[in-house]
Amino acid sequence: MRDYIIRRLLTLIPILVGVSIAIFIVMQLIPGDVVSGILGIEETPELRAMWEAKLGLDKPLIQQYFSWIGKAVTGDFGESFRTGAPVFPEIMSRFKISAELALLACLIAWIIALPLGVLSSLKRNSIIDRIVRVVALLGVSVPNFASATLLILFLSKTFNYYTPVKYVGLFENFGTNMEIMLLPAFILGSVMAGSVMRMTRSSMLEVLRQDYIKAVRAKGAPERVTIFRHAFKNSSIPIVTLIGMQIGGLMGGTVVIEQIFSIPGLGQFTLTGITQRDFPVVQGCVLFIAFLYVVINLLVDILYTYIDPRISYS
Amino acid sequence: MKKKDRPVNNRSLPGNESLLRQLWRDPMGRAGMIGVGVVILLAVFAPWIARYDVAKMNARAKLTGPCAQFWFGTDHFGRDVFSRIVYGARVSLEVGIVAVGIAAGFGYLLGMIAGFFEGRVETVIMMIMDIIFAFPSILLALFIVSALGPSIINTMIAIGIVNIPVFTRTVRASVKTVKSTDYIANARSIGLKKMSILFKHVTPNVLAPFTVQATLALSGAILTEASMSFLGLGIQPPNPSWGSMLSDARKYMERAPWLVLFPALFIIMTILSFNILGDALRDVLDPKLKL
Repeated sequence: MRDYIIRRLLTLIPILVGVSIAIFIVMQLIPGDVVSGILGIEETPELRAMWEAKLGLDKPLIQQYFSWIGKAVTGDFGESFRTGAPVFPEIMSRFKISAELALLACLIAWIIALPLGVLSSLKRNSIIDRIVRVVALLGVSVPNFASATLLILFLSKTFNYYTPVKYVGLFENFGTNMEIMLLPAFILGSVMAGSVMRMTRSSMLEVLRQDYIKAVRAKGAPERVTIFRHAFKNSSIPIVTLIGMQIGGLMGGTVVIEQIFSIPGLGQFTLTGITQRDFPVVQGCVLFIAFLYVVINLLVDILYTYIDPRISYS
Repeated sequence: MKKKDRPVNNRSLPGNESLLRQLWRDPMGRAGMIGVGVVILLAVFAPWIARYDVAKMNARAKLTGPCAQFWFGTDHFGRDVFSRIVYGARVSLEVGIVAVGIAAGFGYLLGMIAGFFEGRVETVIMMIMDIIFAFPSILLALFIVSALGPSIINTMIAIGIVNIPVFTRTVRASVKTVKSTDYIANARSIGLKKMSILFKHVTPNVLAPFTVQATLALSGAILTEASMSFLGLGIQPPNPSWGSMLSDARKYMERAPWLVLFPALFIIMTILSFNILGDALRDVLDPKLKL
């Protein structure tokens, strides 16, 4: 297992190198000149030369890339063009907020989706099954920004609710933090729940058809044991894969919800970087998010062996 | 012929008529077809259905509620919401179709090459796909648009690039399955050229999962466009987009809730219809997956 993890970590290197090259190339495609953007109307040839030297833009592209990536691996993502603050600490503080939102959304999604998905498979073609399938289809089809806007409209008309103006951290004031985070987490969670419900149902139906389930039932095992110890456990590989992809997608993919609810997470930070053409912020955020995504995929692969001991990576 | 010798997916894409008929028989398929049909009709006949110029402002009719003159009310510039919704359908479909076309075209070629030739070519192609996959799709699309500049064409390109890996993986997996069948081995043994095997024998068997993927990707592309426009980096004003209409409406939703309701309902209806149709298509074309 340790060898497998080391091997997988090594395969991450070319992917991350590729990701960093892709980011660097896309940043070069951006029209307009960075230095002109910073200096604006105050631009003079001397100031321009000074800034080009400061940002390393006077060097060849390959040298610029190695200089950037060399610093990035040590956690130095440079300084924001707008604020002058180092990018990496800002990414870490934003990441904590996005991670909290993602975790809450996952918890809500699992609480809704897993029991309903199992129930739907056990009551196949019943009225419950049909309702669950319609709810799941709505979950995957209603865009989060549409449901968020409709929900805010409904809550403002009914309960005089307004989206929070200022974010309060989890450890500053737990109650206020939950007031801010629960609604966006519920919206994200309900979208995730739709696909998890569908996957749980189809995966359970597949397993429930298997001969070994018939054998377990024939042995007289209680239905609860048959379903949870034998069927659910064996059907969980595709569910875990999907959940892993969803968690990866939530890192930065929560940008729309963060924007609607004024949550200063990683997605909002990246979006601000994009709209303000703050290149170190964009480069740093995108590289960090891609890194998280591949690491989460690796963790999911490792988790398989704990769920299904037949899977061996040795 | 032994069962093993048959193509893996022996239901290659049936003729249009029989496919449509099969879809129509399924209640979900019918619902999806009707929903998608409505969106297509709105998009195609937009100039005849829309009642006013989408960009025409009318200061005297600002934030008018739904009435006989303005069926879906007017926005903060006095523009007719119904007409903007109708033209928004055209924008959504255009972006969706072109983006999926880009993704499907490149995905098909890359998936075919990776699945059929294997070896180093496959490793390199799949690594590039993994790199694209390492970004959340909306973020990657925003990132590409920020580099190319926000416009309708660049939105299509960005969403297209984001969707290439899904098609590549689908086609590659199907090609690999088809490749291991006896009839491909027979085709090789009688000396058929690789290209001939690829296009005459492999392609028809890849079409079914490819078609299902394309339908589902269309809803994803429309959703991504709406999300990007919602964030202000997709379709630029004065072009109407459901996403940007919804985003603009948030400032006025207390006074004019219709500005939120109609674009939201049309986005939901369109994506729901494509998803239902995609599910029904999958059931018809790939019954193994029907549970």
